[in-house]
Amino acid sequence: MSASAEVTAQAKRKARSARSKSLRAFFRNPKAKIGFAIFAIFMLMAIFAPLIAPYSPTATLFSPLSAPSWRHWLGTTGTGQDVLSQFIWGARTSLTVGVGAGALSTLIAVLMGMLPAYKGGWVDRTFDTITNIFLIIPGLPLIIVITSYIHNSGPYVIILVIGLTGWAGGARVFRSQALTYVARDFVVAAKLAGASDLWILFKEILPNMLSLIVSSLMFGTLGGILAEAGLEFLGLGNVSVVSWGTMLYWSDAGGALLMGAWWWLVPGGLGIALFGMSLALMNFGIDQVTNPRLRDASPVRQKKKKKVAVKGEVVHG
Amino acid sequence: MKYVINRLVFFFLSLWAAVTINFILPHLMPGNPAEVMIARYQGRLSPLTLKALELQFGVTTQPLWQQYFSYINNLVHGNFGLSITYYPVPVTQVIANSLPWTLGLAGTATVVAAVIGVLLGIIAAWRRGGLADSILPVVTTFTTAMPYQWLALLILYVFGFELGWFPTAHAYSATMSPAFRIAFIGNVLKHSILPAATILITALGGWLLGMRNNMINTLGEDYVVFAEAKGVKSRRLMYLYAARNALLPSLTGFGMALGFVVGGAVLVETVFSYPGVGYQLVAAVQNEDYPLMQGLFLIIAVSVLLANLIVEMLYGRLDPRVRRGGVSR
Repeated sequence: MSASAEVTAQAKRKARSARSKSLRAFFRNPKAKIGFAIFAIFMLMAIFAPLIAPYSPTATLFSPLSAPSWRHWLGTTGTGQDVLSQFIWGARTSLTVGVGAGALSTLIAVLMGMLPAYKGGWVDRTFDTITNIFLIIPGLPLIIVITSYIHNSGPYVIILVIGLTGWAGGARVFRSQALTYVARDFVVAAKLAGASDLWILFKEILPNMLSLIVSSLMFGTLGGILAEAGLEFLGLGNVSVVSWGTMLYWSDAGGALLMGAWWWLVPGGLGIALFGMSLALMNFGIDQVTNPRLRDASPVRQKKKKKVAVKGEVVHG
Repeated sequence: MKYVINRLVFFFLSLWAAVTINFILPHLMPGNPAEVMIARYQGRLSPLTLKALELQFGVTTQPLWQQYFSYINNLVHGNFGLSITYYPVPVTQVIANSLPWTLGLAGTATVVAAVIGVLLGIIAAWRRGGLADSILPVVTTFTTAMPYQWLALLILYVFGFELGWFPTAHAYSATMSPAFRIAFIGNVLKHSILPAATILITALGGWLLGMRNNMINTLGEDYVVFAEAKGVKSRRLMYLYAARNALLPSLTGFGMALGFVVGGAVLVETVFSYPGVGYQLVAAVQNEDYPLMQGLFLIIAVSVLLANLIVEMLYGRLDPRVRRGGVSR
């Protein structure tokens, strides 16, 4: 076994223990804890929607526009559908679109950010320019224009469109982070040991960017849900699908406000805002793991945490 | 000087990209949407217009590159085609009528959101762990995640319908005619408050959080610690020493923030029937008025690019390091 391989193996072991440490630091943060709880509730609701929902979300069985009651916790829509059942089933569609779009845009962001940073030179300059262009071309108008050419796009088309347009912000972050790693000892060691470029990128560099990937996934998901809701609200998606976005569309089209049916309008948007909040709260936890300066103050605790942070930095370096 | 040239080159490069995306998109789509549209208008539009539409959307036998150059040539000469919804009004006329409304609404709301958000961010960072710092970031995670259209509808319901404090739609009352009179300006302001508040509330959080994090990083810098030790008054330290430098990274995000606001403005204008470019864009999409839609998308993109260019020029003045290209060099 060569010396360089030994160095990388040692670094890896240390990195692993640092990772479990940061996981504990993440859950020690109260904001992250609350965020994770809300996130888990929504995820479970989306997964077990068929078991939880009291009625079919599309069945027009009940008296229209009845206010919340024991039979209908969130009342009924203008066509006599149960709003709670729509909310639960809508979570399924909205979260699927959000997570799908978030995953796709993160994947593209990792590739568009990391590969050019590793290659360097004109490849890096070209891709960086492309990323910056995509970063400032306004996203929602672009998505609106694209979907207007495709008629009646369902959830999967929307995932594709949002994912393909929303990667630039993440790519810039991944690029600048990857740039700080390319010249580090463990990468140079791996190169000397004869590892292939792909191996170095995905086995040596990528694991160090785990927290960035998670945070990019979360903001990509939120962006995806918001974009889906916007498209559905404008009637550009498939309005017969039940999602939080179409709930907003139908409550607006059905004149929920004019008739004072607030229970029809509120749940869809509230679901999006709460889910988005849970993602952002969890991101606070991640931020504090990666950037020790952002940790909540209380001088004694801060000192203790600082020691951990210094150790963590040594491992990365 | 090199910095200015670099920014200008980037501006024209992104402008070209926006134009090209606009041209290529309809060609990439399956079942050419333009053909469908043109078939629909057979007999309703003059043959000359149909011919122009065919040219614009590439329903011709011309090779693609030739269509591309004639498209760019048309744009350079300010020829965006005729709107189908408002036939035979040129697209440029519709844009000229709607752009000022959006610039006024989204522009003002963005600037106000940035100022308030940055100030709150400074306070949250300064009183680390205090009441403001524990409440503000959590509240803003919620406000930033709210869908624009949802907040707009709620505000419309409460302040427009229930309380009746503000008008519920349009940019000014139908009984008014646009003029530079106090009554008219007051009327316009009254109509703009609810949509502007929607944009303001949702945009605030990003500025606040960004500024808070930058500020905390800056407060840890040696020069701030030294200034404090030397006895600089805390208010002076807060605004003139720390905040000034913490503000710079926030500014670079301006272009992105503006993109979000413009996207939000599309939804907000739709809810309030506010006659800006976003409202027109949605109407154009619903009417399958492709010439108008393309023109509007282009003008939205160009506005954001221009605003970004201006901010970057300012940034170069404010932070000499970016002009020189990094401290190390």
